[in-house]
Amino acid sequence: MLQIENLQVRIGDKEVLKGINMHIEEGETFILFGPNGSGKTTLLMTLMGFAGYEVTAGKIIFKGVDITSLPTYERARLGLGMSFQRPPTIHGLKTKHLVSMCARNRNIDVYAMAQSVNFDKFLDRDINAGFSGGEIKRSELLQLMAQNPDLILFDEPESGVDLENMALIGKTVRTLLDGACDPSPETCMRDLRRRHTTSGLIITHTGYILDYVNADRGQVMYNGVLCCDTRPTRPRDILDHITKFGYKECIRCLN
Amino acid sequence: MSQLTPQVDLEAYSFEGQESEELKDIDQVSDERKAELRMVGVDLDATRSRAGTFLQFDHSTVHCQSTGQGVEVLGIVQALKKYDGLPEYFWKALDKNHDEFTRAASQQDLHGGYFIRTQKGVKVPDPVQTCLFIKGEKVGQNVHNIVVVEEDSEVHIITGCATSHGVMSALHLGISEFYIKKGGKLTFTMVHNWGEEVMVRPRTVGIVEEKGVLQNNYVILKKVKSVESYPTIYLNGPGAIARFNSVIVTPTGSYIDSGNRIVLNAPNTRGEIISRAITTGGTNIARGEIIANAVPARGHLECKGLILGDGIIQAIPELQGRVAGVELSHEAAVGKIAQEEIEYLMARGLDEDEATSTIVRGFLNVDIMGLPKELQASIDQTIADLDASGGM
Repeated sequence: MLQIENLQVRIGDKEVLKGINMHIEEGETFILFGPNGSGKTTLLMTLMGFAGYEVTAGKIIFKGVDITSLPTYERARLGLGMSFQRPPTIHGLKTKHLVSMCARNRNIDVYAMAQSVNFDKFLDRDINAGFSGGEIKRSELLQLMAQNPDLILFDEPESGVDLENMALIGKTVRTLLDGACDPSPETCMRDLRRRHTTSGLIITHTGYILDYVNADRGQVMYNGVLCCDTRPTRPRDILDHITKFGYKECIRCLN
Repeated sequence: MSQLTPQVDLEAYSFEGQESEELKDIDQVSDERKAELRMVGVDLDATRSRAGTFLQFDHSTVHCQSTGQGVEVLGIVQALKKYDGLPEYFWKALDKNHDEFTRAASQQDLHGGYFIRTQKGVKVPDPVQTCLFIKGEKVGQNVHNIVVVEEDSEVHIITGCATSHGVMSALHLGISEFYIKKGGKLTFTMVHNWGEEVMVRPRTVGIVEEKGVLQNNYVILKKVKSVESYPTIYLNGPGAIARFNSVIVTPTGSYIDSGNRIVLNAPNTRGEIISRAITTGGTNIARGEIIANAVPARGHLECKGLILGDGIIQAIPELQGRVAGVELSHEAAVGKIAQEEIEYLMARGLDEDEATSTIVRGFLNVDIMGLPKELQASIDQTIADLDASGGM
């Protein structure tokens, strides 16, 4: 699904990513740990192709296509989606309009979809205007449900979310990645299987999201490089380790 | 006044000789003309869902009718005759000697304009539509409009001002006087669609009595040489409210100097001025002034501008509190579309043009005006066309 080769990225004069190699298989959920400022968000922004993130070396292959220099919207149309941590407010743009635009030519029931993330009452609000932490996440998830990408990048899905919302958000993230948790007469097997091929790349600090999703692999980013290739290790083990020892361990590994 | 303001040479326009026949039947109007009028909110195929229809072509009132929903719609000349010169209303809110244009308007032949008066206590269910149309080249049009909203009544007036396709140069002088009596409510929506060399000099004053409400909407999206407009509303009765919403686009060659003044003269009055301006190469002077002479009184002025291209937006918000305890505020911002917003939409699959036009439409936010569906649709279409033609 995603293959990143020796990716080096600069923001202004500062080299932030110093040669990242990563691959994510179809249907796989990958967890990225790392302290603040290590380059995790930069990686996501670079994958989406936003301005200001200059790729100085390496390449990004998505679904067999070299997307390293594609504009953002072409990446999105190819099946790359992202849940933003701090999305901008767009005044005068109603949430329901944005959600239906996310679906492009697909036919969706915006209202029913919004109900499933308890967001139907926000459909007439301007997007992100005065949304709380939990509301932003639900809005982002709703847009992604409409967009239906093949690989979803989550930038800290649990930040700013209270416990009550966390369960709903966790469950929705899982549904997006793994298909419906519960068998449902409304979803045929074909759709279920198709959804099953959705891949995820999740940035997390707290690890709360691990209580909800089936994380397959994880790695730690530290100072612009990935360490701790944990092929046999589960993300949960990394989290336990970091919780106990902090990121000191990573520095030792790198040295 | 800025030196850049295009100056009007009154001698350059003809104030006589452009008479049109009265239209006995509205179906005499060609489809092409109907389409021009629809662009400014005047739908001649929907007269049944209008409480009244008034049409002024150049120097003549060509059509005037009301459907008996509690509102009288007359040509001003006829009204002056019928009501002995309208001594309470004609040139009462506005001073003839206000400036050179009010003087010119009072001295030139009066070509028409409308007199609209509601019946006391009647909430007129459908809007009244009026159109001030110029179809001759170099025509100087001099109209005088009077609106009287009687006690506890309500009406929505849509005024479309336009020039015929092909008319480049003309001058529109429009005097408007609004009288909103106790508990009355006037929603006044004005849509402009002028020719590229047209000069527009409206002069408007309104007086709102106790608990009266004026909701004023103004939309101009197409190129015009110059508009200079500065309606002043006096809230003279306790609890009176005035709200102005403007949506202004200035393409290259447009010079629009417009704004509103609200004077809070009584306790518990409220004024709000909200304007959205986009320049794609023209100049917009976005004025706004709230003056508070009584307490408690509240006023808010909001002026936002987007510069897309090499145009100029100059926001001039003014607040004048003349007594302790007034609450007046303003916010003004002139800038560009945030890259972050474009990227957010692009991450959802919209290309750069789609993202830009989505943000622009949201910014202009015509929705808040609460316009009839077909007018809203026509404005949305005009904004979409501007996008498509690369105007934004």
